[in-house]
Amino acid sequence: MDLAKYPFLAEAGAYLRDKGFNLEQLGHPDWAPLVDKAYGRIVVASSGQIYGSDSRLENPDMEILSFIVAVILLKAASVQTLTRRFALAEARRAERYLQQDLWSSKKSLDLPLKIIRELFGVEVSVESDEFVIRVSDYLKRAVHFHEKEWKLVNRRVGSGHVRLTAHETVRLIRTELGQYINSRIQAVSLPQIPEAFQARVRDLVSLASRFSDAVVVSSDYPPCVKHAIEVLEKGENLPHSGRFLLATFLLSRGQTTDQIAPLFKNAPDYNERITRYQLEHISGASGRGTKYSCPSCDKLRSENLCFAVPECDGVINPAQFGKRRPRPNA
Amino acid sequence: MLERDAALVENAIKEYYFNHHDLIPVPPKIGEREFGYQKFNGGMTRHIAIRDIKELHLLLMRETPSDVYCSNAYYSFPSMPMAEKDWKGADLIFDIDAKDLALDCRPSHSVSRCGTCGNAAQGRHAACPSCASPKVESVSVACRNCIDESKKEVAKLAAILDGDLGISPADVQVYFSGNEGFHIKVPSPAYESLGSHERADLVDYVMFNGAIPEAFGMRRQNSAKSSLPELGEPGWRGRVASGIFGSRSRAQKISRQVVLEGYAAFQARLDGLKKTIGARVDPKVTMDVHRIFRLEGSINSKSGLAKVRAQDLASFDPFTDACLLGDEKVEVAACCPVPVRLRNKKYGPYAGERVSIPKYAAVYLICKGLASAV
Repeated sequence: MDLAKYPFLAEAGAYLRDKGFNLEQLGHPDWAPLVDKAYGRIVVASSGQIYGSDSRLENPDMEILSFIVAVILLKAASVQTLTRRFALAEARRAERYLQQDLWSSKKSLDLPLKIIRELFGVEVSVESDEFVIRVSDYLKRAVHFHEKEWKLVNRRVGSGHVRLTAHETVRLIRTELGQYINSRIQAVSLPQIPEAFQARVRDLVSLASRFSDAVVVSSDYPPCVKHAIEVLEKGENLPHSGRFLLATFLLSRGQTTDQIAPLFKNAPDYNERITRYQLEHISGASGRGTKYSCPSCDKLRSENLCFAVPECDGVINPAQFGKRRPRPNA
Repeated sequence: MLERDAALVENAIKEYYFNHHDLIPVPPKIGEREFGYQKFNGGMTRHIAIRDIKELHLLLMRETPSDVYCSNAYYSFPSMPMAEKDWKGADLIFDIDAKDLALDCRPSHSVSRCGTCGNAAQGRHAACPSCASPKVESVSVACRNCIDESKKEVAKLAAILDGDLGISPADVQVYFSGNEGFHIKVPSPAYESLGSHERADLVDYVMFNGAIPEAFGMRRQNSAKSSLPELGEPGWRGRVASGIFGSRSRAQKISRQVVLEGYAAFQARLDGLKKTIGARVDPKVTMDVHRIFRLEGSINSKSGLAKVRAQDLASFDPFTDACLLGDEKVEVAACCPVPVRLRNKKYGPYAGERVSIPKYAAVYLICKGLASAV
């Protein structure tokens, strides 16, 4: 049951042996539904959704096996973008279960706390329904979030510890969970795969081609914006502040929400509806009508998003790039 | 600095290091620290590795540096270039400097020194009052109020470190910086592995920077339903409560009024509280995990005073306890329009006259640029 929630904890080879399976057997037509389920798990992940298991996990073996087979298919297809998306989506799925387990009852706290402690080295204790972690463990993770509520000053802190809700505790380790699952996938050595898997592997390769549309980068873009586009192009995770930079910059150059939205298509957690909503919000078309402007170079520097080149001299905001003439004696 | 001034100060410092080896404690993990030093009229020499205290004493005697520094970080290879040092961790450090506190007393003990005519005038001036030259430099001399106010900031910081961050007062080392403030060092295993970003957030915490109303129960919408923190709560919630309400008897009334004022006004209140409840430290110092920081027990060439541990902060008097150079009389030409109090004796004001004063006072004035060896 627990492995069905957190299938990445299973040692794939050992699990199959324990259950008396081998890969060859899984290649038998009787197991086709399993391979389809595994493939579906990847397809769902690639679209930025979280794969939904049936809520009670009534068939835990299928949940675990489909994860293992999905990993094998991904290894065989060897497409980094799909693997990253899969790892991220699986992390979100595990995140849901972790949160549920932390919420529900005292009895099931052992496993989620053990996962957090053993995989990420964060000691969490429980005090009157709140989760308590050391300030240093908190800081090492929370500094990657840009929302002000995550600043230590806005947290309840006492005696060297920070108090968090279940949701916040799990949110704090999200990135590491994704990295952990990704590293587990990378560490799997590719076995000889049954012929029956090959068709699905080919499907994955063609699925991946959808994510490699060429994006035209104008040479008048500043290096920070080019960097943001490159990161998204590679299907890697661009932090919120980088996405905000990209959106506000392109809006300031007169591009429309429709033109900008496709750029985010490659983000590992892409969701078209949310992307459009956020772009419209930033452009002032929805919400309170505030039109957000491009963050300053200072701000970007502090967020490690600045990659200044000589042409950036005299520019204090990316929106000015290419518009301001350099001072004659500069 | 003029050659003969540098020679006088250098001799006094050499004598101090020779006689007071005992005042320079062995920095823990000495072999993993990076050392650096400056000489009078010379540049900075850094990336030095030192094996033990004897080697450190030898360096002090051989080089008679004007200033000596030691990293708060420790490395596998402290003498290699920065990228190859292999950073292993760093003590948490804080710098409190009276000049950053914007105190009212500052003009009364500031002196504007003219680089053209050599005149020194009390207060801060953009141009020399005597020859109108714009080449003026402002220095600040010993002031009791500056030290007292800095001590208050140290006390605020220590309370936050203890109550909020779980660092007991026994683990907090407070040093007089050797000029106008205090250095606080926390060699705590719990915080030594934090990187620069994490330390930046930690320093925002102690300074009370970046607080948002939501964290203190104020709602952006429907602010009437807000529930503000109560007096006696731990951490910033309790300090904000006492900053806003003052006493328990007024709490309810003021709380209602604050809620009525709404979100934006509450944000302004939080920003306004920063100065009174936040510890005013220099954030750049805490964030820098590769800094070389003035060595304990060494002389500060801005004043000739030593960086020494303040064991009992309340009774600590830097102008006596850190004034450790020799006291034999030296003759100098002094031009200092405000009096300076060292070791409970008043020196000055001097109007460009030749005076015979103890070496510690002569060095102090020379370091401030307000006297010259004759």
